[in-house]
Order: sequence, then C-alpha cells, then structure tokens
Amino acid sequence: MGMEYGAIRALAEVDYTVAPGEIVGLIGDNGAGKSTLVKIIAGNFPPTHGTMHFNGREVRFRGPEDARNAGIEVVYQDLALADNLSGAANVFLGRELRRRVAGLSIMDHAAMTRRAAQLFAELKSETRPEALVRTLSGGQRQAVAIARTRLAAAKLVLLDEPTASISVRQVAEVLDLMRRMRDHGQSVIFISHAMPHIFAVADRITVLRRGQKVADKPVGATSPEEVTALITGAVERA
Amino acid sequence: MAGASEPPALTARLRPRWWRRGMPQTQTAYVGVAFAALIVMIWILAPVFMTPRNLLNISKNFSFIALMSLGETLVIISGGIDLSVGSVCALSAVVTMMLMRFLSATAAAQLPGATITLAALGAMALAALIGLVNGLFIARIRLSSFVTTLGMLSVARGMTYVLTQGRAQYPVGPDVALFTRFANGAVLGLPTQLVYLLVLIVLMALALRHLVWGRHLYAVGGNAQAAALTGVRVPRVVVSVYVLSGLAAGFSGVLIAGWLGAAPANLATGYELRVIAAAVIGGANLAGGIGGAAGAAIGAALIEVIRNGFVLIGANTYWEEVFVGVIIIIAVLVDQLRTRRVF
Repeated sequence: MGMEYGAIRALAEVDYTVAPGEIVGLIGDNGAGKSTLVKIIAGNFPPTHGTMHFNGREVRFRGPEDARNAGIEVVYQDLALADNLSGAANVFLGRELRRRVAGLSIMDHAAMTRRAAQLFAELKSETRPEALVRTLSGGQRQAVAIARTRLAAAKLVLLDEPTASISVRQVAEVLDLMRRMRDHGQSVIFISHAMPHIFAVADRITVLRRGQKVADKPVGATSPEEVTALITGAVERA
Repeated sequence: MAGASEPPALTARLRPRWWRRGMPQTQTAYVGVAFAALIVMIWILAPVFMTPRNLLNISKNFSFIALMSLGETLVIISGGIDLSVGSVCALSAVVTMMLMRFLSATAAAQLPGATITLAALGAMALAALIGLVNGLFIARIRLSSFVTTLGMLSVARGMTYVLTQGRAQYPVGPDVALFTRFANGAVLGLPTQLVYLLVLIVLMALALRHLVWGRHLYAVGGNAQAAALTGVRVPRVVVSVYVLSGLAAGFSGVLIAGWLGAAPANLATGYELRVIAAAVIGGANLAGGIGGAAGAAIGAALIEVIRNGFVLIGANTYWEEVFVGVIIIIAVLVDQLRTRRVF
C-alpha cells in the first residue's frame, strides 16, 4: 500500500506507507499535520494533489463512506460516539443489523446486542452493550469505539490518541488489542503524544513536523530522545 | 479468598437497580406518574371530572395538540424546533375547506367521498411541502431551525389570510356529513380524533424503536457529527422530521376544520407554544437526542387536564396559564436534578 499527497501548507509532499500487519506510530506536535493526514486517509477531505494506493489499487475517496467500504476505519480522538445511545447502538451505527418482518426491514436488536457483547468480551472490557454511552467510563467508551472497527474487519485502522484520558489498566488493554489486530494482519496507524505507548507497540515510527515528514524508521533504529528532538525541530531530519 | 469474591460484587454494581435504568428513569415516566396523581386530585375535588361526557371532551380537545406534538417531538429529537406548526395547521384547515368548495363544482362531486378525500390530501400535501422547505433550508443550507420556522410561521399565517381575505371558511358540497363523521365521529365509542392519535402514537413508537431511521434520528440529535462520520445521511434524516412535522400539523388542521365545521383565518394562533410545551413536558429534550411518542401525548393530555380541572373546580382560570408554565419548568428542573443524581 502506498500513498502520497500534499494538502497545501497543512501537509506538504508527504510520502506515507503502511504495510499489512504493521503498527505505525504517527507522532508530531500540535499542528504538525497529523489530523490532516488522518482526515485525508479517512476520506473526510480529498488531497489537493497526490495519489493514494490501497490494496494495490489507486483509490480516490469522495467521503468517509468510500474509505470505510475500502476497509479503512478511524477511531477519533473525541471518539465520535452518540452519548444518548447504548454501546451496542454505537457499535452498529450506520450499519445496523436488520431482519425482515412482514416485508418490513427492522433492526435486529437481539443480534446487535449479542455481537456487541462478544466484541466487548474480545476486548476484555466490562462494557454492557445496553448501557448508554453517557454512563460509561473513558476506557469503556474507547472499547465501544474500537469495537466498531473490529466489527468492520477493517484492513487499516487509524487510532487517534486512543490512550489519552483512560486508566493505566485500560491503556495496557488497548495496546494489547493493537497487537492482536496486527496478528490478524490488520494494519494500525497509531497517532499519539505518549512516547512510551508508541515505543511499546509500534513497528515503525513516522514523525511529522510543520506538515513535513522528518523521519520514518523502525522502532529499533531510533530512540525516544531522537524522536523528541525530531518533533521539536532540534534535529532537522533523520 | 478475598480475590475470588470480588468479581461478582463488581458485576452487581455494574448493573444498576431497575428504577435506576431504562423507562422508570425517564422524564416521560415520572410525568406520567404526576399526571395520574393530578387526575386523582381533580377527581376528588370535582367528581364531575370522571364522567364519560367530560372525558370525551378532554380527549377531543387534547388530540389536536397531541397530534402536532408528535411531529414536534421528532423535530426536537433531531435537535431542532418547528415554530410553524400552528400556522401550517390553520393553512391546512382553510385549504381543505376551499378545495372542498372548488371540487364540489367539478366531476369529483359525483363520486361519494371524493371531494373531501382530495381536499384533505391536497391540504396535507401542501403542509408536507412547507415542511420540506423548512427541512431543506435547515439541513442543506444550514439555517437555524428557530429562524427558518419562525419565518415560515409568518409565511403560512400570511398565506392563510391572503387566501381567505380574512374570512372564515365553511365546508360545502356533497361530503359535509362524511367530513364530520371522519373528523368528529366515533369508533368503538371512542372519538375518531383520539383513535387517529392512538394509532399514530403506536406507529411512531414502533418506528423510533425498530426502524433504522429511528435509530439514526436519535444519533443525529445526540451527536450529528458522529452520526455523519459513521455514514448516517444526516440531511435526509433532518428533512424527514420537518416533513413529518408538517404532515402532523396538516392532519391536525383537517381534523380541527371538520370538528369545528368552520375554519377561521386566525385558527390555531399561538398553538406552536402549546405544542412545544406538551413535547417538553412529555420528556423531549430541546438539546436533542431524547424524546418519544408517548411523552408527547402525555404532555398534551396533562396541559388539557389542567385547563379542564381549573374550570371544573371553579378556580380563577386566569391562573391556568401560570400553572402550565410552572409545570413546564418543574418537569425540566426535575429531569436536570435527576441527571445530576441529586435524588
């Protein structure tokens, strides 16, 4: 899978690739272009120039739906959940399971609850599928958001700050989950400020600064000190 | 072993007691309880309240508001507001009458029931069209629902005066008796208005609970951005609720016209506030994402029972509006306090 773009200023001529079954840590200061890159890959806005390849084919996403259909899922920093709905409802939002009753297509509540419970169990999360998201803890909300991507069996998952604002125990679980996704051949782009979390799971680290890629190397070939220097600009490029 | 006994205790705490979850936790539920208490209170103070004749009167009076509240509740769940319902109701009522008169002079008069059927459908199509215009401005051009429907309140009311030149309209033609039976008759001893209302409450409750459309409507009201990100067609959902609100107001207008046997141009003036009050008392949250069919009807019934009770008890009816206002505030206040777990 290969991608290259450039959205003016926000992102200038960034070559970016993710291999199947690889966890790539994406790191950079605020305004470095991480969100822009994520939104382009997720189909939220098209790159102003450049091309994107996914699964060996050139793709052009007109909206998030196109990206999802191609097998790309995003877990947003603000989690993008509807607080007034249950965990199960959020997992299945936009792709509700249906059954036909008297020629009418209605939602299959029982099947969605069952499947959601299964997904939460896989995540080792204590989230109850029927509980309203409003009543859930930060970690449980994260589980709901990640369960969405598991449901879709996405080939590439973008996690935007998944370990921010959750408990230490849940962080370990989320990192475990990423490893399990990799074992299943899923690719993960892990966007985070938390250097230890990235070094714990990532195979490769990409550093963005002012819309440019300043480093892209295997975890073993770099160190938190070097990455910090790259983020701040103390080191220009590596 | 302390470690082994921990998980069950955790599970027990994860699942709250029954009154802390689901239906009993909603505003609709405790407003329903308050409603029942109010009925008992009025019954004790004025036994005439429970006579079939009085109950019949109440059910007819509140049905019109409740019907409009159903549509309004959908709009409120989506996170918007529809101020145009009173005017659309009046426009629909006068257009029904005028179409009836016009059709009575055409071939439609030969076929029994044709003039009133076509007239009612025409009026409701116009009401749906107004809802569509509201919805398109709000969903596509992203105007505020308050301003758009405030403008439409004026447009629809103005059109009502332009069409009628301020004169009241009356039903004419071969179907007048049928119209009265349809709008103000009885089915199994129940007034037809109430029957239509009950049927629509059930349909709306089922649609909200079981159709993907209903799920998406709550998602749009809860977090429109999240809904859009997951692929929910937000504009389509938003347009649909304004069309349904227009249809509900239009249907209510047809029924009021048939019930009164006349449609003055100033019909249903100010009803939008009663309609919104009913929806809000019944548990619809103006912030969006919360509300239901039963709540809208309970809210409308509560307001009507208060009106009726004031008259029966012989209280100074000038206090009635004050009382309704206090109820609105208390209903929302109690909901807030419960959300904050004050009790």
